[in-house]
Amino acid sequence: MGVSLNWLKEYVDYDWTPEELAHRLTMAGIAIEGVEAEGDDYIMDLDLTPNRGDCLGMINLAREIAALNGNAIRKAPVALKENGEKIEDYIAVELADADLCRRYAARLVKNVVIRESPDWMQKALINSGIRPINNIVDITNYVMLETNQPLHAFDYHLLQGENKKIVVRRARAGEKFVTLDESERTLDNEMLVITDSQQAIALAGVMGGFNTEIKTNTRDVLIESAWFLGPNIRRTSRRLALRTDSSQRFEKGSDINGVIYALDRAAALMQDLADGELVGGICDAYPAPEPNRVITLRPDRVNLLLGTQIGTDDIKSYLESLTFPIEEIDGVLKVEAPSYRPDITMEVDLIEEVARLYGYDKIEAVLPLGNTTQGGLNAVQKFRDRVRVEMAKNLNEIVTYSFINPAHLDNLRIPSEAHERKAVVVANPLSEEQGIMRTTLLPGLLGTAATNLARKNENLAFFEMGAVFYPSEGSLPQENMRLGAIITGTNEINWLHNKVNYDFYYLKGVAEDLFRQINIIDYSFEPVQNESYHPGRTARILSGDTFLGVIGEVHPTVLQNYEIKPRCCAMELDVEALFACSQGQVMMQEITRYPAVERDMAILVEAPRQASEVLSVIKEAGSEYLRRVVVFDLYTGEQVPAGYKSMALRFLFQAFDRTLTDNEINESMANIQKNLETKLEASRR
Amino acid sequence: MLERLHGIKKEVDSKLVEIASMAELNELKVRILGRKGEITGLLRGLKDLTQEERAEFGRVANEVKEELELAINNKSEELKSRELLTRLEQETIDVTLPGLPLANGGKHPLTLVMEEIREIFMGMGFSVAEGPEIESDYYNFEALNIPKDHPARDMQDSFYITEEILLRTHTSPCQVRVMEKMAPELPVKIIVPGKVYRRDDDATHSPMFQQVEGLLVDRNISFGNLKGTLMTFARRIFGDDLRVRYRPSFFPFTEPSAEMDISCVMCKGAGCRVCSHTGWLEILGAGMVNPNVLRYGGYDPEEVTGFAFGMGIERIAMLKYGVNDLRLFFDNDRRFLQQF
Repeated sequence: MGVSLNWLKEYVDYDWTPEELAHRLTMAGIAIEGVEAEGDDYIMDLDLTPNRGDCLGMINLAREIAALNGNAIRKAPVALKENGEKIEDYIAVELADADLCRRYAARLVKNVVIRESPDWMQKALINSGIRPINNIVDITNYVMLETNQPLHAFDYHLLQGENKKIVVRRARAGEKFVTLDESERTLDNEMLVITDSQQAIALAGVMGGFNTEIKTNTRDVLIESAWFLGPNIRRTSRRLALRTDSSQRFEKGSDINGVIYALDRAAALMQDLADGELVGGICDAYPAPEPNRVITLRPDRVNLLLGTQIGTDDIKSYLESLTFPIEEIDGVLKVEAPSYRPDITMEVDLIEEVARLYGYDKIEAVLPLGNTTQGGLNAVQKFRDRVRVEMAKNLNEIVTYSFINPAHLDNLRIPSEAHERKAVVVANPLSEEQGIMRTTLLPGLLGTAATNLARKNENLAFFEMGAVFYPSEGSLPQENMRLGAIITGTNEINWLHNKVNYDFYYLKGVAEDLFRQINIIDYSFEPVQNESYHPGRTARILSGDTFLGVIGEVHPTVLQNYEIKPRCCAMELDVEALFACSQGQVMMQEITRYPAVERDMAILVEAPRQASEVLSVIKEAGSEYLRRVVVFDLYTGEQVPAGYKSMALRFLFQAFDRTLTDNEINESMANIQKNLETKLEASRR
Repeated sequence: MLERLHGIKKEVDSKLVEIASMAELNELKVRILGRKGEITGLLRGLKDLTQEERAEFGRVANEVKEELELAINNKSEELKSRELLTRLEQETIDVTLPGLPLANGGKHPLTLVMEEIREIFMGMGFSVAEGPEIESDYYNFEALNIPKDHPARDMQDSFYITEEILLRTHTSPCQVRVMEKMAPELPVKIIVPGKVYRRDDDATHSPMFQQVEGLLVDRNISFGNLKGTLMTFARRIFGDDLRVRYRPSFFPFTEPSAEMDISCVMCKGAGCRVCSHTGWLEILGAGMVNPNVLRYGGYDPEEVTGFAFGMGIERIAMLKYGVNDLRLFFDNDRRFLQQF
């Protein structure tokens, strides 16, 4: 909000330059975004925290300056010339819902002349960002800016009923009401309305009604000055998406004792600027006057909480500079919080007042004493760090949004009955891009690959660790930590070796290296069908019965949906499952001093046979001394019959207690060969 | 015979000068000193000599033999070292060619900054706590002293799942979650890193971003302790010449509340575009835990006090790495990622 300094100076004196003033206020907790010259005036841009709504009023802002420099504030004197009539003869007020409206006061000004308000008032409004309308409306706005008390002016003769009466009540569900901006609003039964007992004439604290608007022919003006319950005003304003200068003041809490001054001030201005004739008295419905808020403040508590040694007299003087009434009883202060400061409700609120006037920067910075604590990470956190370190060796980490456009699920060809379709839905997204919470990391991975490829970043290897979300029976959705990766192209070209393709086997190597590093020993890759992946190039990864995740080449149709041309391989692992299968502690195994013997064997097997079948037959058939077997070459083509492949295997035999004899090894190799022949119809080449 | 012996010595001496390879040297060695070599041949003729002649010749022959062996050995050492030198020369490679790109990967800059922040606080004895990203209204607002229809809710526009469940707007819900679990144990000394969500999407706001929350609850914790802890943090992450200042602010879950500014890391406080020519950068919000929040957590605010703070990781990362656009972090361009 913009504040005119020329206007502000009417309420308090200060010697500071506009910049100094802005700095002083900022350091005292009234944040000033900036100060700009505007003709002979300066406009200060106020960025108030929600607890200091009071400073939306000039007088309250002036109080802050007075607290800083010790000056006193000036309020404009109010000189009322009431005629001999009584307000009671003109209007009555009934608070049907006093829980939402604790006070409602009104005055009547007769025979006003509607015209433009004087220049000084128009300028003050314009500099505060409010458009001048006519003298009556401008006066209500001017007094609101001055006192922070929103006012409303009704055309008295447009009120219906013989004995005119204001009734403040909750609206009826579905009640229609046309506000000043000429739009029809549908109300609910928690919204408060001002009625003339026949019809609603204002949406309490938010906006007046079109039916009783001040017009050029208005003669008699009923001024409303009231106190409405903040949360209710905020609720109404949000439900109707209608924020006004009035509603934002009420919702932050207004001054119930300031109602009368603002009413009188507006009435006096209408006398002076609209030639009005003031009817005697105020119609003031205030059934249960608010008691004073007296808060106990213990000076030792101030110093304990702040870590200071501020004397009691100094504490008192800071609060007195804010004109808070104080009584000292047995070393404890009884402080009355003024009604214009609804934010002060507890002892700590007063401690903050002391601290900000003492100066936060004067409080000495000291590291906390107390018991030493170990600190650090728990086992799961350490594990995730480890996974991230291993993945980051070869892949670049990415961070993508947790919410996705639901269209991604179609792009990924996820079947309608799949559990990935049962996503947590965001009720109020900014756009479809935040429509649902992700159930898989694939959208972020593929999206990132697509944007990079579109920018000619061609060789990509990315991973992401993040949560996916599923609805749950419990109160909150279920969150699972996943590890996803995507690769495409080749690794960095270098002068010494040929490039390595970022293909299925590269990614599988990444996974296997990860498993080795996090000590997952027992795992298997099995072919699997998954709609997002290539039907012949996809595996699920298991450790025992535990599902660790899926790895594969992304389905060409999916790639097309993301406008990705080159092949991509991706995987998605369940981090909690990885943690569960990781054998935390490594135990060293004895290194044998007896020599190892290597043997090679090439076999012919039918092409569709999987390496895992061959290896499991070998492991079963080999003797206890077969330590390791690896596939070191795979060949199809010339010299290999059609429909077959040649697989070269290397075996390593070793005993812990002696040197193995040739015979023992030959026997074992023969048994392996026999089993391969009988079980897999494989022949030795 | 002595003449013959001297002749051999002379011949060997001159040959040794010419010989340039181990093969030639070995050949010479075998011819002269071998089992069937010339010296052995000469010694075989001893039997034709008298006792005295034999003794005399034998002594001289042995001397010559030893001299020859020494000379040949020396030559052998010389040749070996020359051959090694030659081999090493031939094996010269271009050391200016690049090394093999073994590891091309790297962590995301936000991870790097998060880890750095974590390390600093873990060094001061803080543990790391975590909580759900989808939260209940109770933990996200109510238990943090933000009742329904409180104007402070405007500070954090939320993505809702239902009326009572939302994407957490800050990492603060973990304050009460952890206190509930720990009460009445002391101290509660945690940091909470994590993703948070707000309904904002423009050049300076991302609908998802990351925060680190801090909480210390114990006996006699003061605002001075908050300042001491944050000063240590700020200097460790941005350098020892950093200045900090505190401005009163408002958060419903702390009272008194403060915002901490640091001297601009770009211009050292002189004023530049990054700090809008103020010399100061706002980097975190903090304060003394509101007594109501301590009560929600199961602690008696008369017995214990505490401080809490929270900061945006993106903000710290932008300042630390000179990143000028928040959106780069979630854009994940390889050319951006590979710089860290």
